Amino acid sequence: MLKTFPKGGVHPNENKFSTGKPIERIDLPKQVYIPVAQHIGAPAEPIVVKGDMVKTGQLIAKSSGFVSANIHSSVSGKVVKIDKVSDSTGYKQTCIIIDVEGDEWIETIDRSETINDKIDNLTGEQIRNKIAESGIVGSGGATFPTHVKLSIPLGKTCEYLIINAVECEPYLTSDHQLMLEKAEEILIGCKLAQKVVGAKKILIGIENNKPDAISNMKTMAQKYKDIEVHALKVKYPQGAEKQLIKALTNREVPSGKLPIEVNCVVQNIGTTFAIYEAIQKNKPLFERVVSVTGKSISRPTNIMARIGTPINMLIEAVGGLPQDTGKIINGGPMMGKALNTVEVPVTKGTSGIVIIPEKYSTRPKSYNCIRCARCISVCPMGLEPYLLKNMSIVKMYEEMHKERALDCMECGSCSYTCPASIPLLDYIRLGKANINKILRSQKS
Amino acid sequence: MAIILNTLISLSLLGVVLAIILYFVAQKFKVYEDPRIDEVEEFTPGANCGGCGYPGCRGFAEACVKAETLDGIFCPAGGNEVMQNIAKVLGMTAAEKEPQIAVVRCNGSHEKREKTNIYDGPKSCAIESSLYTGDTACSYGCLGQGDCVEVCLFDAIYIDEESGLPLVDEEKCTACGACVKICPRSIIELRDKGKKNRRVYVSCMNKDKGAEARKICSVACIGCGKCIKACPFEAITLNNFIAYIDYEKCKLCRKCAQECPTGAILEINFPPRKEKEAIKEQETTEVDK
Repeated sequence: MLKTFPKGGVHPNENKFSTGKPIERIDLPKQVYIPVAQHIGAPAEPIVVKGDMVKTGQLIAKSSGFVSANIHSSVSGKVVKIDKVSDSTGYKQTCIIIDVEGDEWIETIDRSETINDKIDNLTGEQIRNKIAESGIVGSGGATFPTHVKLSIPLGKTCEYLIINAVECEPYLTSDHQLMLEKAEEILIGCKLAQKVVGAKKILIGIENNKPDAISNMKTMAQKYKDIEVHALKVKYPQGAEKQLIKALTNREVPSGKLPIEVNCVVQNIGTTFAIYEAIQKNKPLFERVVSVTGKSISRPTNIMARIGTPINMLIEAVGGLPQDTGKIINGGPMMGKALNTVEVPVTKGTSGIVIIPEKYSTRPKSYNCIRCARCISVCPMGLEPYLLKNMSIVKMYEEMHKERALDCMECGSCSYTCPASIPLLDYIRLGKANINKILRSQKS
Repeated sequence: MAIILNTLISLSLLGVVLAIILYFVAQKFKVYEDPRIDEVEEFTPGANCGGCGYPGCRGFAEACVKAETLDGIFCPAGGNEVMQNIAKVLGMTAAEKEPQIAVVRCNGSHEKREKTNIYDGPKSCAIESSLYTGDTACSYGCLGQGDCVEVCLFDAIYIDEESGLPLVDEEKCTACGACVKICPRSIIELRDKGKKNRRVYVSCMNKDKGAEARKICSVACIGCGKCIKACPFEAITLNNFIAYIDYEKCKLCRKCAQECPTGAILEINFPPRKEKEAIKEQETTEVDK
């Protein structure tokens, strides 16, 4: 019996078209747009001005608080301007715009291919500071600054470091491919993260639809006594922090609490690779693997893209946008957001670009709720989505809060499964935003 | 027979005794309520719209009775008439207020502001604006899903099918401000109704730079500042590339509207302007040529 989380979950069609496609690099763009807010928390403050020459890997925006992250230039060239540019939602956001000239990296980055597995010369504190310096944020999509996540609050201890290699979102394959190509580096990254949090064991959870990655990781992990690789039953949303902890350790994170409450810290597999590069190769986070995929495109693949590359360049690289495109999704189809335009840049949280043909892109007409309770049976958090939605419509936000609406992690299983196609999640999300507003006003 | 008689007597006695007890209990636990609250409530519109800031008309009546003066207390739905009546009951004076009306500060109808994508989510402005900028490229303008229509208790606002924008019914609008509060884009504003119901206002909230705003919407305020120079009363200010006309200073001369290069300044309920029409005609004929 494979491990999984017990409550709820769905199994959408996997559609992993870009499986096994080697990670490729594309030509550098002529201009990059680097947003200063690519993470949760305070936006970084630009430290370059118009006309400055920057090198690849150079710090261009400094973190402006504890929950914030540094931003590094992903190309070498000249800063043209710092201006407000539409981001993936269409709203304006401060971006540093750089004209690309050549590709000159800062000297401190070790660009050799050799694997450096010496990790004894650094203390946990030093590693964490280096992670903060390198601007690493969770690469699963939530983009929470990694150095904050690796800080254990006083009085708490970490027993398990859990590595999230589940990639439960349909279509996306970037983590899968990374595990095939960079397994050794990832494991060193895990060991580095383990040193920071002082975990006794590292558990790597991989869904069973990636057998090659599981066997590859297992053979590589034989070197280390304290790393366990677990195959998990395929079920969405296993990549959610609380679900993964439940699946791997059978511990339940209490409502409204963080994983450290049950002595766990969860890191994404892409993040551990970034940690390896930052510590062992001195390379800050300025590029990431993005799956560019979809049913209709000619050559779905995985691309190592520089942060700030316009998304239309990635689409060009896989053979251009098909005629019948209805939607372009930033992220996976379950939790990602449809893009307004393709002129937006790749950010630290862009795990995939999914192109959906017009035929499948629109939502079906929604009908009345027939109280079939399917949404309740698939909710991995044990909530009652139909009830929360009704409460949100009639603005009963306090009651909604009592029904643990804030536990909802917006996985979308309820909307996915609803036979009447009711947009449950949209209403719940609206309710959550209003609850948070009320809570904030009560605090102040 | 005796059984029936006994039952009747005992039950009636019981009734009398309990009634006496209840009477004394009611006296003992009586809550004194100012009779004027009921009187004041009589005059309120009874719509419970919450425009006054109190929970319903009863709450408003209580607040009126409790307050020492009627300054700062106003029933927008009832207006001056209701306030005068209330003031009479309470023996206080209520200041006359200019009647107000809600105005929608966006004029980006379907033809003037092109759609760039299709929104197929739930019919709610709040949800649409939390997801993205909406189905046009303008991130400040009206989304047209009708949250304001839903919230209006007086049926005073509706979405015009042709333009996709909300229209305010001047006779029904009570300026309770419910739509102002609900609009996620904050484009609805309460303004003085003005003399003869005439108003002049900038119908745009786009904070983008002029060229960008113009590209998105042909009737956007581009922040050129021509209206400021044209205004003889210094009623116009410019912030973040949008002009704003202060309705307290505006004397409805309409010079600004004449100057506006995009037509972002709207003039409502004015008789048609002769010269402007002529100029417009000239322009169109020139274009035609």
